[in-house]
Amino acid sequence: MNKSNKQAGAGSSGTSRRERTIDIVNKRLEKRYRKEKRFRLYGMLSIIASVLFLAFLLTSIVSNGYSAFWQTYIKLDVQLDPDMIDKEDPGRSNYQGIIKQAIGAYYPEVKDRKERRELYSLFSSGAAFQLRDEVLKNPAVVGTTLSLWVLADDDVDMLMKGHIKRNVPENERRLNDKQLQWIAKLEAGKRIEERFNTTFFTAGDSREPELAGIWGAVKGSFYTMLVTLALSFPIGIAAAVYLEEFAPKNLATDFIEVNINNLAAVPSIVFGLLGLAVFLNFFGMPRSTPLVGGIVLMLMTLPTIIIASRAALKAVPPSIREAAFGVGSSKLQVVTSHVLPLALPGMLTGTIIGMAQALGETAPLLMIGMVAFIVDIPGGFTDPAAVMPVQIYLWADSPERAFVERTSAAIMVLLAFLISMNALAVVMRKRFERRW
Amino acid sequence: MQEVLKKNPTEKRILAPRESRKTIGNITVPKPRMVCRNVNVHYGDKQAIRNVSIDIGRNEVLAMIGPSGCGKSTFLRCLNRMNDTIDSCHVTGEILFDGRNIYDASVDVVPLRAQIGMVFQKPNPFPKSIYENIAWAPRIHGIVESKSDADEIVETSLQKAGLWEEVKERLDQPGTSLSGGQQQRLCIARAIAVSPEVILMDEPCSALDPIATAKIEDLIEELRTQYTIAIVTHSMQQASRVSQRTAFFHLGDLIEVGTTETIFTKPSHQLTEDYITGRYG
Repeated sequence: MNKSNKQAGAGSSGTSRRERTIDIVNKRLEKRYRKEKRFRLYGMLSIIASVLFLAFLLTSIVSNGYSAFWQTYIKLDVQLDPDMIDKEDPGRSNYQGIIKQAIGAYYPEVKDRKERRELYSLFSSGAAFQLRDEVLKNPAVVGTTLSLWVLADDDVDMLMKGHIKRNVPENERRLNDKQLQWIAKLEAGKRIEERFNTTFFTAGDSREPELAGIWGAVKGSFYTMLVTLALSFPIGIAAAVYLEEFAPKNLATDFIEVNINNLAAVPSIVFGLLGLAVFLNFFGMPRSTPLVGGIVLMLMTLPTIIIASRAALKAVPPSIREAAFGVGSSKLQVVTSHVLPLALPGMLTGTIIGMAQALGETAPLLMIGMVAFIVDIPGGFTDPAAVMPVQIYLWADSPERAFVERTSAAIMVLLAFLISMNALAVVMRKRFERRW
Repeated sequence: MQEVLKKNPTEKRILAPRESRKTIGNITVPKPRMVCRNVNVHYGDKQAIRNVSIDIGRNEVLAMIGPSGCGKSTFLRCLNRMNDTIDSCHVTGEILFDGRNIYDASVDVVPLRAQIGMVFQKPNPFPKSIYENIAWAPRIHGIVESKSDADEIVETSLQKAGLWEEVKERLDQPGTSLSGGQQQRLCIARAIAVSPEVILMDEPCSALDPIATAKIEDLIEELRTQYTIAIVTHSMQQASRVSQRTAFFHLGDLIEVGTTETIFTKPSHQLTEDYITGRYG
């Protein structure tokens, strides 16, 4: 087509050797389109690559982690002999002993002390607490035989989920042949099954995988984020508004601006060191708490929020400011009535980014003691707590096979937390956004 | 044409040497509303206005004409200290309003701008409802307290701006939903709402079609009875239609001032003659 056009052009111009403009344009047209096509291809390739990586990441997390939402339980007939329950204080009775009795009753053939210990190890140490809770909830069960689904040990759980192979040599697996036989007996009696793992969503951390839960870390993260948001949002926006709208442009403000931009690039562990030196050592604030964690993360998020908010303020058309000044409004009135409402969506976007960053941050929290092993679920800002990324880090570091799936499951919970946090912010931004 | 002028300012028609760029014509009027004397404006190192002196009379429309970049908009923005918002801008000289220099340190710019309102080149209604566009400024100044006061001021302002009949049914709709001409009249209504004494208009019709322009020009004619109006315009027809006095600016100098009739029929300066006869600009 290119060629024919050229010929036609040459023909029509007769003796003139000069090409017509349209021919020159046509000649280059194909090249231009090819360039555009190539550019679009690059763009598509990079999107496909990132989607593939994301899909790979998510499938590996989900396929590793979904099994943690189920947990193996064993049905045990517990005979609650009234003699074994403390009448004064039922909570302090020897429930461990009662559970052991019940196990022994189901396996009367196991006599040897060593074997019995191996037998008991199939059941979680949490079984005694489960029984205690049942008795405290309903004291009328004392004296009867209670049919109770108790937690199995994590090794049994792994066996049931197929992570421990039955057909490998005995010394290469964590359960010996006898234990497998005992489990086979439970299976034959339909006394072992997988149930939804409520413990994972209601408990704090534990050394025993089957007793470990994410709830403590979720609450820890929630309190920490609350502190971070409550401090960084107002401080960040006030700083951005002052710098952008009120501050004179001189050497001092230039210096501050450069420093804010630099702070955004400072490794986060440095903020942790600062928190350790200032908040813990100098001010003597409580260690490992959401309060200190939130303040440290606030320092880290501030530059992000300030930079994004300043960009949002800059994007407000100057004509709006002029209009407001033109009717004789003061600077503050211009800012609060016209500039802020228009800049708020952009500021919220910056805040979302900053908060998402803070939610996933581990390094600065290690320095202020939030890496400690904390079993209790935090009830406030000054209770010792872990946060989700630290919890994931701790579990990923644990040797038990059952923590592998819990690590992935915790990542899923973290992602869900992040998505719901962002969704909330998007809804809020939509409400503030005015397209007119 | 303007490009030619910029590249070649010493075109042979500009006969007068620099020393002769003194203002021709009578710069004073009896009982002036504003008096400007030796106003100089610098943007950083660049001088935008050179020694401009002119009076603005009561109930008159003063048109400022001149080629692009001649400083007429800059001068207009000095009159209510709108240039304060530009950091590099520096103004010297005297601009007296009610006998006081508005650049005096004791003058508060906020009430000043309430007295000297401004309408901009591009219609710039607030991104709020039509009602709020009008009611906001009176409210921040404390001119209106109650809802009924605000209703009244919205209605009278819109009526004065000739917009009431068109928008009275949809006051809660965004101001930006109006057409360009309506938006500009909304901006005029917004300026009127705080009862200013002077209204500055910076090429108010440059973004409008001829019908909307005609409406605005009629409005200016009507507003003249109550307000002093200074208008910057690129259209010489518009200047001749709406103004009583005309000032011709050229490259930062005020070249000639006079009644509109004189300027357009018997200009005294070669530059003015060249400009109004359309030889450049």
